[in-house]
Amino acid sequence: MSTAAYSPAEMMTIAASRALCNDDVCFVGIGLPSAACNLARLTHSPRVTLIYESGTIATRPSVLPLSIGDGELCETALTTVPVVEMFQYWLQGGRISVGFLGGAQIDRYGNLNSTVIGAYDKPKVRLPGSGGATEIATSCGRIFIVMRHNPRAFVAKVDFITSLGHGRTGRERRDLGIETAGPALLVTDLCVMRPDAETKEFIVTALHPGITSEQVRQNTGWVVRFAESVGETAPPDPYELEVLRDLNARTARAHGTAGPAE
Amino acid sequence: MPVFCTVADAVRDLIHDGDSVALEGFTHLIPYAAGHEIIRQGRRNLTLIRMTPDLLYDQMIGAGCARKLIFSWGGNPGVGSLHRLRDAVERQWPQPLELEEHSHAAMANAYAAGASGMPCAFFRGYRGADLPQVNPRIKFVSCPFSGETLTAVPALRPDVAVIHAQKADREGNVLIEGIVGVQKEAVLCSKRSIVTVEEVVDDIGTRGGNAVALPYWTVTAIAVAPRGAHPSYAHGYYARDNAFYVAWDAIAKDRATFTAWMDRHVLHGGGDTQ
Repeated sequence: MSTAAYSPAEMMTIAASRALCNDDVCFVGIGLPSAACNLARLTHSPRVTLIYESGTIATRPSVLPLSIGDGELCETALTTVPVVEMFQYWLQGGRISVGFLGGAQIDRYGNLNSTVIGAYDKPKVRLPGSGGATEIATSCGRIFIVMRHNPRAFVAKVDFITSLGHGRTGRERRDLGIETAGPALLVTDLCVMRPDAETKEFIVTALHPGITSEQVRQNTGWVVRFAESVGETAPPDPYELEVLRDLNARTARAHGTAGPAE
Repeated sequence: MPVFCTVADAVRDLIHDGDSVALEGFTHLIPYAAGHEIIRQGRRNLTLIRMTPDLLYDQMIGAGCARKLIFSWGGNPGVGSLHRLRDAVERQWPQPLELEEHSHAAMANAYAAGASGMPCAFFRGYRGADLPQVNPRIKFVSCPFSGETLTAVPALRPDVAVIHAQKADREGNVLIEGIVGVQKEAVLCSKRSIVTVEEVVDDIGTRGGNAVALPYWTVTAIAVAPRGAHPSYAHGYYARDNAFYVAWDAIAKDRATFTAWMDRHVLHGGGDTQ
């Protein structure tokens, strides 16, 4: 298999996977976060604890689950707890260090919308809604986000705050007395962004290889800022690519679909 | 002791037009056979309650069973939208659908409060989120001890809970294993309950174990429905039919293909989706 070339989606998942470590206890969202979290477990962090909201704790699936409750998540978990217990003891109880989320819309402060496009009472597009995300966003130690970078998703103002980032002004977490850190990392198919220490606005800290700052500007719905020194993301190494491609191929075979579930 | 009967008899006797009904099962053990029977018997104006209305509620909403939906995540997991739910919300087809929308944490706590005989649930939720602005049943209270602002939502108290389980014994004690979701809470917070099972056995084999066992005196009716959770799954019996969940997207996208599929597989079929 040639490893010289890789897709923007592969770069995104690999860059996101590098954010986790063995000591993390991670609440995993379905889709892009699930791919990144399992890639981390299958490469550099075999002891990372992955938790899905169906109650499966320390699960080790061999393929990416299509849903948060696929049977393999339960069969390979250390334990499976009832859903009430998952949200009460484990999430609200502060046992989870990282929540890994995506969404349909994000703004510069990492507020996420997965509820509606347009007005709530007359939506243009009715999206699935919160699921676990609303409380994941405030109860996990930190929030990592992985999303495809385009102007429809990266907007100046999200239509609905499903999950609080740093709020409409960047100061809401402190004002509400929320002690968890909130969005700490945003990985896209173009770049890596981290919040400014002072304003909490996401700024570009690294561009993926071959991506220009102009591409990021064109795909961001607000006037995006760049760090004083913007780095370059390390390209996928052959091992990361091989493991990711094997995972995606196993997943496609398992679900009878043409590609990985997103 | 629960009544042992057919799925059709259980639905006919225990679910009425206008009832609030929770068909639960968190990805696993979703009671499709019972839901399809509700569609076949033409129930109307139901308040449907479910944390994750997936394909089954897409079908029930598209078939015109529902007036209101209480939910916390309405999608086809890993695939995309529920097109019939969206058509009802965005274009009022086949009828308008009132939404009472929550987060998973709120719904889980509301089920637990109902099972606990409490009027409402307290938890730390919805901080900084917009849902409290559009759902007047989300309220905030001060903790009398610490002063912390906590969230309150009303307890769930459905007329009927409907769940699918692996097995029951001949007395009607019910066993649930695997991802157990909120089914125990749903049965214990509801006025009546229907449990469909893969099989009835002499001994469910859990005495002293810690799998979820519902004692027979918590259950109103039990009906045998082999493969009654398909295309969801029953741990130890059959796997989730992920290919069908993917295929549903194209079936449900269009009103005509949806109606034709429902006609063939639910209204005039055996109830299974294959």
